[in-house]
Amino acid sequence: MSHTVDWSAVKADFPVLQRRIDGQRLVYLDSANTSQKPNVVIDAMTDFMRHGYAPINRSAYRMAGEATDAFEGARAKVQKFINAPHAHEVVFTKNATEASNLIAASWGRANLHRGDVVVLTHMEHHANIVPWHMLAAERGIELRWIPLTTDGELDLSNLSGILDGAKVLSFTAMSNVLGTITPVAALCRAAHDAGALAIVDACQYVPHNVTDVQSWGADFVTFSGHKMVGPSGIGVLWGREQLLDAMPPFLGGGNMIADVKLDGFTCAELPSKFEAGTPPIVEAIGLGAAVDYLTNIGMANVRRHEMHLTSYALDTLTERYGDDITIHGPRNPEVRGAVLSFAFRGIHPHDISQVLDEKNVCVRAGHHCAKPLMRLLGANATARASFYIYNDESDADALADALDGASDIFGL
Amino acid sequence: MPGLEDLYREIILDHYRSPRNRGELPPPANKAEGHNPLCGDEITVFVQVDGDVVSDVKVSGQGCSISQSSASMMSQAIKGKSLDEVRALVHRFKVMMSIEEDADDAAQPAVKLGDLEALQGVVKFPVRIKCATLAWNTLVEALES
Ligand SMILES: Cc1ncc(COP(=O)(O)O)c(C=O)c1O
Repeated sequence: MSHTVDWSAVKADFPVLQRRIDGQRLVYLDSANTSQKPNVVIDAMTDFMRHGYAPINRSAYRMAGEATDAFEGARAKVQKFINAPHAHEVVFTKNATEASNLIAASWGRANLHRGDVVVLTHMEHHANIVPWHMLAAERGIELRWIPLTTDGELDLSNLSGILDGAKVLSFTAMSNVLGTITPVAALCRAAHDAGALAIVDACQYVPHNVTDVQSWGADFVTFSGHKMVGPSGIGVLWGREQLLDAMPPFLGGGNMIADVKLDGFTCAELPSKFEAGTPPIVEAIGLGAAVDYLTNIGMANVRRHEMHLTSYALDTLTERYGDDITIHGPRNPEVRGAVLSFAFRGIHPHDISQVLDEKNVCVRAGHHCAKPLMRLLGANATARASFYIYNDESDADALADALDGASDIFGL
Repeated sequence: MPGLEDLYREIILDHYRSPRNRGELPPPANKAEGHNPLCGDEITVFVQVDGDVVSDVKVSGQGCSISQSSASMMSQAIKGKSLDEVRALVHRFKVMMSIEEDADDAAQPAVKLGDLEALQGVVKFPVRIKCATLAWNTLVEALES
């Protein structure tokens, strides 16, 4: 879909961006953290709560049937959005973190034993590190790491060596710190060639790119609704049917059972098997609306818009500040998303974000839940500006202007 | 909205640019490490206690202007003080940060915050209170270790 998009109309779809604080407009540059919500998502959720809220999968009255249809309709939208073969392979979780934990706890415990190797990369989010550390502590599995090049891409020069004998390769499709987009399909192929499973953390990728889990050839894919203009409280695990079918359940309780007796239980079919308890019903409906919204814009258009903004922001900041600003990650916008982590004139990121906040420019300051990567960068923290569909060149300009204020205060 | 000048007072920037008592102390000095999980700041506080007196103190680590200046001013304020005075000072500081109720305890020695009062403005920026208190919480741990 390469229709032209009216990006100012997109911006106008997000009511929070109309907000003024101290008479100044909001420059929201923290979408890699969590994204803002368009009216259609807010309305879908409130309309459902106003007019049709009911339980799913449990009751015989009409309204419960409608709610179940709406909930399953949202699942089907997600399936299509990521080109998954089956809707029942799409499992709703609380967030991407829970999805990662589900994989490590369920598939991992059933299939990994002492000495088995799980390969991660140096640019993973804690969500794709700590569940494996937990399994390592419990099972004695071994973790191996794919290092980075100086440019912030994966160093794949010894990939087959690292993957040799491995059972799992679990990696991010796009770094939330460096913006680096990794060669997902090639990595999935390399994993399979080595006899390993390929798990893709697509939390930063799905909101910004055309996603096709089949052309990737992935085994599991995880992401969160709140980063893709959907609500918080819902995430997605997609897995190949065969794998999910063979896995033991993760959480136990209502909805996930076929039968319960005094001496045991049997599991429900997919996807209920992995959706114990009352699921995030309202959130699923919001996520469905978010998927529709993004689909209407067209994910290829989203990617093009963000590539342009990334180039523009990189050029603007480096032209203006030269060596005073260090922007981490690849320079080539073809292999990076609209995430700019930077160091500026030795000023601590916390102080930078404080000064930017004075101009209503919202950026993240901190370790971005990627402490191993931060150690490699030699920083405790960075400031990070991230762009999305509702940002434009004026937001990059506002960031550049606001940075001046930081130099003034710290007299550097 | 409170202005940045409430936060970044000149004396704070001075301690940030030229932190006092930077460095480390060898054992048997007490030592504790503190982390601010929010931003990744790390700080290590070393205290040498002789009898009842904090005879020396050093601070190492990295952090923002607020956490670093707070650590620097703290180190100046506690050096040479008795343990009771140090505890009272910690309490005074936390009261100023509005994370402890004023104990109004006549048994506590009277202490003055002095330069540290420059950090009063931090209270208007609640996200930064954790930065200001990092060194203090780490100090308490070091004294208990
Ligand atoms: C790459 C990556 N993976 C996983 C996560 C975890 O997402 P959530 O906090 O929504 O579970 C994030 C969120 O910051 C992320 O950026």
